[in-house]
Formats: sequence, structure tokens, C-alpha cells
Amino acid sequence: MTIDTAVLDWRDLCAIDDIPVQGSRRAIINGREIGIFRTSSSEIYAIDNACPHKQGPLTEGIVHDCSVTCPLHNWVFDLKTGVAQGQDEGSVTTHPIQIRDDRVYIQLKG
Amino acid sequence: MKPRLVVIGNGMAPGRALETLFETAPDAYEVIIFNAEPRVNYNRIMLSPVLSGESTFDDIIIHGDDWYEQNNITLHRGARVTKIDREARTVTSAAGITEAYDKLIIATGSNPFIIPCPGHKLEGVLAYRDLDDVDKMIEFSNKENSSAVVIGGGLLGLEAAAGLKMQGMDVTVLHLMPTLMERQLDPSAGYLLEKELSSRGINIITKANTKEIVGEDRVEGVLLDDGTLLKADMVVMAVGIRPSIELAKDAGLDVGRGILVSSTMQTSDPDIYSVGECVEFEGNVYGLVAPLYEQARILGLELAGETGNSFAHSETSTKLKVTGVDLFSAGDFAEGENREEIVFRDASRGIYKRLVLEEDRLIGAVLYGETADGAWFFQKIKEGEVVSPKERENLIFGQNFAGAEPLDPTAAVAALPDDAEICGCNGVSKGKIVSAIEKEGLKDLAGVRSCTKASASCGTCTGLVESLLACTLGDEFGGTKETVCGCTDLGPGDVRRLIVAKELKSIPAVMQELGWKTSNGCAKCRPALNYYLVATWPGEYVDDQQSRFINERVHANIQKDGTYSVVPRAWGGLTNSKELRAIADVVDKFEIPTVKYTGGQRIDLLGVKKDDLPAVWKDLNDAGMVSGHAYAKGLRTVKTCVGTDWCRFGTQDSTGLGVKLERMMWGSWSPAKVKLAVSGCPRNCAESTCKDIGVICVDSGYELHFGGAAGMHIQGTQVLCKVETEEEALEYCGALLQAYREQGWYLERIYKWADRVGYDTVRAMIVDDAEGRKAFYERFLYSQKFAQDDPWEERASKGVDAHEFSPLTLEPAE
Ligand code: SRM
Ligand SMILES: Cc1cc2nc3c(=O)[nH]c(=O)nc-3n(C[C@H](O)[C@H](O)[C@H](O)COP(=O)(O)OP(=O)(O)OC[C@H]3O[C@@H](n4cnc5c(N)ncnc54)[C@H](O)[C@@H]3O)c2cc1C
Ligand code: SF4
Ligand code: FES
Repeated sequence: MTIDTAVLDWRDLCAIDDIPVQGSRRAIINGREIGIFRTSSSEIYAIDNACPHKQGPLTEGIVHDCSVTCPLHNWVFDLKTGVAQGQDEGSVTTHPIQIRDDRVYIQLKG
Repeated sequence: MKPRLVVIGNGMAPGRALETLFETAPDAYEVIIFNAEPRVNYNRIMLSPVLSGESTFDDIIIHGDDWYEQNNITLHRGARVTKIDREARTVTSAAGITEAYDKLIIATGSNPFIIPCPGHKLEGVLAYRDLDDVDKMIEFSNKENSSAVVIGGGLLGLEAAAGLKMQGMDVTVLHLMPTLMERQLDPSAGYLLEKELSSRGINIITKANTKEIVGEDRVEGVLLDDGTLLKADMVVMAVGIRPSIELAKDAGLDVGRGILVSSTMQTSDPDIYSVGECVEFEGNVYGLVAPLYEQARILGLELAGETGNSFAHSETSTKLKVTGVDLFSAGDFAEGENREEIVFRDASRGIYKRLVLEEDRLIGAVLYGETADGAWFFQKIKEGEVVSPKERENLIFGQNFAGAEPLDPTAAVAALPDDAEICGCNGVSKGKIVSAIEKEGLKDLAGVRSCTKASASCGTCTGLVESLLACTLGDEFGGTKETVCGCTDLGPGDVRRLIVAKELKSIPAVMQELGWKTSNGCAKCRPALNYYLVATWPGEYVDDQQSRFINERVHANIQKDGTYSVVPRAWGGLTNSKELRAIADVVDKFEIPTVKYTGGQRIDLLGVKKDDLPAVWKDLNDAGMVSGHAYAKGLRTVKTCVGTDWCRFGTQDSTGLGVKLERMMWGSWSPAKVKLAVSGCPRNCAESTCKDIGVICVDSGYELHFGGAAGMHIQGTQVLCKVETEEEALEYCGALLQAYREQGWYLERIYKWADRVGYDTVRAMIVDDAEGRKAFYERFLYSQKFAQDDPWEERASKGVDAHEFSPLTLEPAE
């Protein structure tokens, strides 16, 4: 089998079903804490797991639509862009995700 | 001699490619086809009507024998190709037929995926892919009282289930995900579909994990992870397909998930083409015919020598072909930033429509119950034109309303004739409502409801009634009341009432039946709905963890640094040396930084790492301690004083009663937190008069209090009544808590609930109406049967929610 060279940078993280629907998992990748989110329509997103406000762990928040609400003071982040919504200003780094054969692959950004 | 074109596979895609080829260049090739199936090309899509008995095989044949004859095609039936020799340019079948080719088309389609669980090889385990599968299914269904389990609640699985049901079988569908067809449908449409199929007698189990197919040589049943055993004579696996690529791979062609092709359907060997479900193009594989037919057209033209055409990826749309179920989905309907949705729901007719727009372009559509506009929406999605603000107003109503003037709701209602029916449930016309407003001097929705019954049942016409009030009263109409959140026009009271009246038992059911304006709700309404359902349907409703705030999801309080605090229950504020020793050991073992007495008479362990929580709980459990629910919208603490046991002024056993109350009430969920206290005499050392429910012991019995507050708002309690015995105290307090659980709005503490409904109303319900009180009390005790499992133990020893406590880890790559 020939392998797409692009595939080589992607790291196999877990199966889609390891992440609860409308939920999240914490992932420690190369020692860095990343939040992996799954929306109700089973889109998967990855963002750094620290709120820019006061470092709240975003994986612990409620997932709704394509957003997560920080568990500490309710800032809301768009999972796709990592940008805070509404009045609040700030953003978290997002990481590209690919789904192949029901598995989640991640590419870590610097 | 004409060049020889050999085709492997005789499915829908190559069939179409040959049609294009023959139309464009009739006599260009000598065509030889190998087909593993022993038959001509047929419309695979229409297998379901054959299964259900609504069509026959003859009805679905695409190319009959005469077509092969007319076009001089050699068709090898029942001949599976097992080898492609690219050097010799030949292909050979299993039985040894060899044909030489100049051009070769690989169109092997896909293979159904079979879950390799124990028992998957038993006789009676089937896939759903071709006519042979259908014949076998019909054979099983002919036996008396036969039952089938279909694994997979996607398109194919549901079509199979509906077909088998029509053949008279008992059918159960097992689906891993919480809602059906989750790839094509959002949860609301999935809910409607589930409701429809259930009403036809198909048993649907979602979140079902198959553990094993049981039986000696043949299928006898299916065992689920949770221990459920379903009887079955046949199991149909419809869990997905994989492109069939082995042949191409063995021949050394480039493959990924599918056989890799260029935009002219050429593989890595210029003389070999591939088309259909076995193909991968720019990372996409396809499982629906529309794009495959486009591939086929390109391939046909290419083989005919008409170059310059190329295949491009495009969106696909899906329709479920179950007679009587109208369902359509197309494009991308995931939520996202810059995405807006338009949702239309008509609960009485079972209609749900949702459009998703991104930057003013339509990108996705889900239609249920009324799909006539599906094609029109799909066209709009493919064209990708900007939808103007005016067009958008009526977009959801489809083609017929496109371009019509948007109506403002009040003007629209004003324009209705007097005999127009406003409230379908109670048959109330516009004229009747307007005259009631004028004659009775009604000013608000509640008035209209009690006077005419309009909007008093299902509530979906609430908006219309309000518009009527607005156009009849003009500025006098005070406007609409407080709603649960922006996702609905209904207030919490209406939502609670309708959940009971309409027997709504899941969040998608509430959202659909009550006309939620968003598809999934928000962080405000979901926790509220989850509570209302937990409280209304004890033992039936399955808690939706994802609709709970983190503290209630992991049963500990999150702290500012992302660690957690752990507060074990101290019944009535009591502890002992064994518990204290265990707490001390836990603190040392897990290096817990802070130990503090709370304001609620118990010990708080602060700064516990999330991953340590299950182990901490295990040790506390082993010493007999359970969760103190310091995180819960539920019973928190019951503070007590020492009472007659020790105090020289004590009149009753206040500590003992406090323990009894806490034992009775722990684990219960409520609209907001609930705190109690029991003081042994009017000196009130347990501060009973600022609690949600307070007891003050006196010589002659117990004075019961309620509605105190001592947080952001301070107010003393009011007296509920005086009772003589402990039993009565327990019954009155339990009944009071249940009344609040049934009537309170989410986040409303007892004092706010009592302020709203009236302290006298509460007294009338609990004190004056003895029968009513007993009924509340019994309902409370019943619901507690399902609530009193220690959530710590479930997580520490029974593995519940293990994913919460163990992060996924990847070490640095080499
Ligand atoms: C731990 C404790 C303070 C302490 O160190 O003593 C505490 C800690 C918190 N309180 Fe409290 N309250 C604590 C006793 C109280 C009391 C006193 C009492 O219960 O006798 C009150 C006033 C009485 C009352 O409830 O009316 C109290 C009124 C509040 C309020 C205001 C509630 C209100 O309706 O006005 C909040 C905010 C809220 O719930 O929205 C709050 C919220 C909180 C939260 C949950 C804040 C948060 O969201 O993180 C704190 C959690 C800390 C943690 O992780 O443990 N806490 N809190 C006390 C735990 C008691 C226990 O054993 O469970
Ligand atoms: C029950 C059912 C319902 C469906 N409903 C829909 C629908 O509503 N809408 C929609 O768009 N699509 C639907 N589909 C999918 C659609 O039928 C397929 O996408 C389409 O048939 C694929 O065409 P194909 O030519 O690639 O493969 P197929 O039609 O699968 O043909 C492949 C053929 O190749 C043969 N073959 C495989 N390997 C070899 C070999 N080595 N040698 C010789 N022959 C071989 C196979 O026996 C088979 O006959 C449905 C499918 C099923 C099974
Ligand atoms: S008063 Fe309660 S909520 Fe405020 S800081 Fe103290 S513990 Fe936290
Ligand atoms: S830390 Fe996230 S909102 Fe404050």
C-alpha cells in the first residue's frame, strides 16, 4: 500500500467513539494538554486546554453548537477558530484534526 | 480488431459508464464483463422495496439480457475475478476464465463491514448488499414468529428493518449512537424518525453496544454490553462499507482507502480505470450513486475519446426510502462560527426543517415530514449563491414562497379571517379569542388561556396568541414573559407543564414538540431541561451527562486552578475517628494541599488532581464515606446542633432528626441547592431560620420552617406549621421538597419558588391537604429509589465515566 506522505505528520490519537458526543477528552500530547471536542453532529475539534482568561480547563465546560463554555467564568469559545465570543476577547490555539476510518488524527501546531 | 475493454464488476457505476460510451462511440470496443453476482445489472438502491415486498426483482433490473446482446457484450455471470496480470494484460476469474484486455475498468464496489464480535460467523448473520442477501432475509421472515436484530441504525439498517417489519418479523434495531442516522440527521430529526419507526412496532435501542451474537451453530440471540439478551433468528449487520480494493492492491496499483484515481478516473496504470464505490478521489470515497454516475459519465466520455472532461467532488444528498417516512438531508449541517440556522417545527404535523447558512449561502438542509423542497434546497446548496435578506425571510417555506413579501407576524395574524383556527388542540378560532380579549378585558396570555383554553395544551400556538393580543390591545399589551432562554418562546412554567402533559421524555423530544428555535439548545436551557426530565420521569429518563455543568458531571467542585475539591458527607455534621483517620490517610497519600472545615459542618479536601479523584473516592468509600454533593443542585448539608444528647437546653434529638432527614434526602436533584438545619431549641444554634428548610425543636414537638436565604440575599424563614412527631416532620419536609422539585424553575431556590407561588399556597398544599401531602411524599420516596446510588462509588469501583478521569496520551514521536 502506498501511503499519502501527508499522512505521516498526522498522529493517530484515538477512535471517534472514545470521545463522548457533545463532550470532550483531555489529551496529553508531547506533554502538552490539548482538549479534543466532539459536537452533537460528531465534528471533532482540538484546542489548547487553557482558557486565556484565567487558565480554566476548557474540556470541563459544556459543549453546545460548535462552542464550549469555560467552566470557571463562562467565556464561550468557538471550537473551530478558538476565538472567544461576544464581549470577551482572547483566543486559544486550534490544532488540525482529520478523521480516517473512524479514527481521529491530530497535527500539533507550534 | 476492436480494442478489448474488460470490466470487473457489473454494478450501477460501470453500467452507466457503458451507456455513455455506447451513446458517444457505439462500436469502439469489444466489451467483456465479469460479475461475481450471477445476474445482470440491477438497481441496488431499490433492494429495500424488494425486501418489503413492494417490488419484485424484475422491476429493478437496469440492463436486461437483450441489452447485453444488442451491444455484443460478453457477460461472465457468477465469475469473481481473482487476479489481474498487468504484464500479460489479462484478468482471471476464480474458476479459471482468462480474458485479455487493452483497457480495464475496476468497478468492484464495496464490501459490507462485519463487526468481528464473538458469533459473527454463525449461520443467520447477514450483510445487506445484494439480491442474495435479500433472498435469505425473506426466507427467514417466512418462518413463523421469527425475529431479527439489525445492527446499525443508519440508512441501510433502517431500510432493512422497515422491510423486515413489513414481512411480518419482530425487528429490533441496535444503534451505537444516541440518535439514528447521526451522519445524515441532527438529533431532532433523528428523534422524529425514531418515534415514527417505533410507532410501527420496530424496537429501537440506541447507545447499544453489541457484545456477542449467541447460538450453537446458528443465531439464537444477541447479547449487549449491559447484559440485555435479545432473541433473534437472524442478525443483519449494516454498520458500514469499505471500498473493495484487494484486487487492485494485489496488482500493485496505488490505493488509499479506495483505489486512487485522477479526475479522468485513471488509476496509477494508464490503461486501467476505476469507477464507483471502490474509488478514492482527492481523499473522498462515495457511497451514494449521484457522484458515482458523474464519475461514470466522465469515464464513458474518456473511453469514447472525448477528452477534456474531469470529475470534481460535490455535495451529496440523502433520502431514506422507507414508505411513509419523508426524510431528506444534504450538504453540511454541523454547527460552526459564521454559521446561522433557520429552524421550522410544526409539532402537530410532525414536521421539522433546518437550514444552515454560512456567510449568507445555504450550505446544508435537513427536512423531515415534508421533503418536497429537498431538490430545490439541494440545488441552492450546489449553486452556492448568496441568499438575499428578503429571500431569507421565507427561505424555509421553500420554493413556493421564494420571493414573496415577508410578513411581520402581527400583520400576518391581523390579516387572518375571523374563523381561522388558532389553537388546534382546543379548536379555538381567531374570532373567539379576539372577542374574549375585548369583552373580558384580558391583558395577557394567562388570561386568554384560562378564558378560552387557546394555547393551554401543547402551547405551540403561544406565539400566535401573543400576536393576537398585540394586534387587539396595541400598546396596552405588556409583551411577552420571561423565557427559558433565547432558544424558545416558552417560559420555564410552560415547559414544565408541557413535559408532563405531553409525556416528553428526552431533550430532543422536548425541543421538537415544543418548537425549540435552535437545533441543540444552549448551555442555559440544556441543564434546565435535563433537570426537569430527571425530576419528572424518575427511573425512566436517562440523565444526559453532557447537559450538566462539570461539577455535577464529575461529582466534585472545580477550583480556580483546574483541580477539584472533595467533600464527603458528614451525616448531620457527625464524624468519627475511623473517618477522620481515613481522611488523614487520603490527604497524605494524594498530597492534598488544603483541608478545611466548611461553613456547612463538614470537611473539604481542596486541590485534588482530576485524575486522582476515583482513587481518592475509593479510599473514602472504603471507610464508609459517600459523596457530600457539595457540587449539586440537590441536597447539600443538614446542619444540626447537639440537642438532647448533650445540651442542657435541648428539647428533642435534633442531631438524630438531622441525620434521618439527610439519609432520606441525600442524592435528590432539585432546581437549585437545598440546605437544611435542625436546632434543638429556639436558641437556634444550627441557624435553622436562614435555611431552605429548617426545623426548630420545642417541648411539644417540631416547628417546621421554609424559605430562608443567607447568601447573596438574606431573608428569614417563614413557619410552615408545627408537628408532634419525628415521622410527621420527615413526611412534611419530604413533601415540601417534592413540591419544590416538581414546581420550581431551574436555579430557583426554595425561597424564590415560595415568593412566586405564595407562602400560603405552599402551606395549603403541604399542611391543609393531607392527601396531597402524602402523595407528594410518596412520589419523593419513589424518585429517591433511583437517586441514592453513591456517584463516587459508581466511578471509583464500577468504571462509570472512566473517560473523564484518564486523558489520552501520546509521547513525542521519534
Ligand atoms: C466550601 C464552602 C465555603 C467554606 O469553605 O466553608 C462554600 C464554597 C462554595 N460556595 Fe457556598 N460554600 C459553603 C457554604 C455556604 C453557605 C453557608 C451554609 O451552607 O451554611 C452559604 C450561605 C447559605 C445559603 O446557601 O443561602 C453559601 C452561599 C453560597 C452561594 C449563594 C447562594 C445564594 O442562593 O445566594 C453561592 C453561589 C451559588 O450557589 O450560585 C455559593 C457557591 C459556592 C461555591 C460552590 C462557588 C463555586 O461555584 O465554586 C464554592 C465551592 C467551593 C468548593 O469547591 O468546595 N455559596 N455557601 C461551604 C461549603 C458548605 C458545605 O459543606 O457544603
Ligand atoms: C440496500 C441498499 C440501498 C441503497 N440505497 C441507496 C440510495 O437510496 N441512494 C443512493 O444513492 N445509493 C444507495 N445505495 C448505494 C448504491 O447502491 C451504491 O452506491 C452503488 O450501487 C455503487 O455502485 P458500484 O457500481 O460502485 O458498486 P456495486 O453496485 O456494488 O457493484 C459492484 C459489483 O461488483 C461485483 N464484484 C465485486 N468484486 C468483484 C470481482 N472481484 N469480480 C467480479 N465482480 C466483482 C459485485 O458482486 C457487485 O455486483 C444503496 C445500497 C444498498 C445495498
Ligand atoms: S464566599 Fe463562597 S463563593 Fe465566595 S470565595 Fe468564599 S467560598 Fe468562594
Ligand atoms: S478562566 Fe475561562 S472564563 Fe475565566
